[in-house]
Amino acid sequence: MTVAVNDAGPTLATAAVRAPTERGRRARRLRRWKETGALGIAVLVLIWTLVPVYNIFMVSLESKGDVFTETIWPARPSLDSFWIVITQGYWYLEEFWHQFANSFYIGVGTVFFTLVIGSLASFAIGRMRVRYGWLLSNMALLTYVIPASFLAIPFYRIMQIYGLTNNLWSVIAAEVTFATPYAIFIFQQYGVSIPIELDEAARIDGASPFQVYWKIYLPLMAPALVAVGTYALLLAWNEYLYQFLLLSSKHSMSVPVALAQFLNSDEAPWNYMMATAIVYAIPPVAIYYVFRRRMSAGLTMGGVKG
Amino acid sequence: MPYAAVFAAFVVFPVGYGLWMARDPALYGELVAEPRYARTAINTLLYVGFGVNVMMFSALLLSGFFLRRQWWVRVLLAIFLLCWALPAVPAFISFHWMLIGEQGLVDSLLRELFGLQGPIWFNNSWLALGSNTIAYIWKWLPFWTLVFIAGRLAIPQEICEAAAIDGAVGVRLFLHVVFPLLANIYVVCTLLATLWTVGDYTTVLLVSMGAPARTSDVLATLGMHYAFDAAQPELGVAAVMSAVPVLVPLALILMRRLHLGEVQL
Repeated sequence: MTVAVNDAGPTLATAAVRAPTERGRRARRLRRWKETGALGIAVLVLIWTLVPVYNIFMVSLESKGDVFTETIWPARPSLDSFWIVITQGYWYLEEFWHQFANSFYIGVGTVFFTLVIGSLASFAIGRMRVRYGWLLSNMALLTYVIPASFLAIPFYRIMQIYGLTNNLWSVIAAEVTFATPYAIFIFQQYGVSIPIELDEAARIDGASPFQVYWKIYLPLMAPALVAVGTYALLLAWNEYLYQFLLLSSKHSMSVPVALAQFLNSDEAPWNYMMATAIVYAIPPVAIYYVFRRRMSAGLTMGGVKG
Repeated sequence: MPYAAVFAAFVVFPVGYGLWMARDPALYGELVAEPRYARTAINTLLYVGFGVNVMMFSALLLSGFFLRRQWWVRVLLAIFLLCWALPAVPAFISFHWMLIGEQGLVDSLLRELFGLQGPIWFNNSWLALGSNTIAYIWKWLPFWTLVFIAGRLAIPQEICEAAAIDGAVGVRLFLHVVFPLLANIYVVCTLLATLWTVGDYTTVLLVSMGAPARTSDVLATLGMHYAFDAAQPELGVAAVMSAVPVLVPLALILMRRLHLGEVQL
């Protein structure tokens, strides 16, 4: 009897279990396919991203300034070119650290003014509800109707009129002009998620508009400020056209302009140029990785209303 | 209102000055008569059309991929963002050398790995235009991917869970739940990217350098060429301003979309 029950027990149980295992196996196979697919995408993304970066490194490690090697790895890799860059040991690189400082100055100036002007404007439009505020935010977006490079020629003429050529401030003005509309847009979107009641409560307690801005609005906007700050920094660090047009003397030049100068010569030492590029790329990459977490929080902008 | 001041000094004045420089209708006659102009306009259209749409669609798909929870996907995202963080000038010069011909890295790789003879990329204007487009997508894909990742993260988890209970998983979840919720962001970002791409100058300047014989130029590089190499600034401004009638409706649609309300990036 007991044996029979014991016999029946497992059989029933297996029958009950078999169907799920069949399904389970299929699910597992599907999952394995998905994993393989994901790995495939990962490999593609990796190749896509790293080939141009690899090329930069490869050329910078060449011992001679030759890009025409016909090989995919330099015969005698050396770090000499980095040493040349750091010690400014080449004619084009005489003022490298000074130009690096110029780039840094432009970057910091752009971030600072974009954040100040953008946050003040979005505070005025979104919080103080000034009349015609909507008009201003629309006008800001209109800046993008005529793309930045299209304005370069008139901008160049105007900077001559303002007497600002070869002045870093002219570049900062240009970068701020083109970063601010996006900043206002992001700030306004993000600001919607901060309850207006906070402002009202503070105002009842006797806070002036500036106090509300400084003590309530700005701290709560921190993620958006980080996101827009990174955006503005990378914009200034990446931008070439305006820096090229507005800064022509060796002393006022920024690094991108100095890099592009290598293109003017037929026998330029490309390894030095690529090494310069790598040194120049370090700050934004480092800053980006420091702020990465906060950045995606800032870009989330309050959520999609379902 | 500091912004109003900046706006007046650095937007209204340059735009007005630009329009004033390009006011003479005869300039446009001269422009149309230039054989290079028509080619450049077509190039710009292809560059923007393909570049922006391929970029935005890839960004949308990749943003889904990067939401996977494995550790290596996060590492991969950090590497992927390198394209955006790397300064544009060296990156594009690197593209230029990679594609320079049989001695560039791409053709070397083709030869070493597959024994193929690669083309001389910048000898053919279509290949050159394609190279520019690829380089542009390479540079800006991570930025838009990041924006879409943020957009996807903002979709309330409950909606996805409810959809999953109703049987919507995988492709169906994407088609019927995620995509409709992201549609507005997608349209806004695409419009914004279009406006930015039309004005792109650095890519074409450094990757193909307009080669061969300025047939892979876009409006921005042609305008600069007229203004600074050919010393005809008025013609240069007219060349770039000729794109404005196409851009104004795009910007108006963008504003309307934003006003429709809850577009959250």
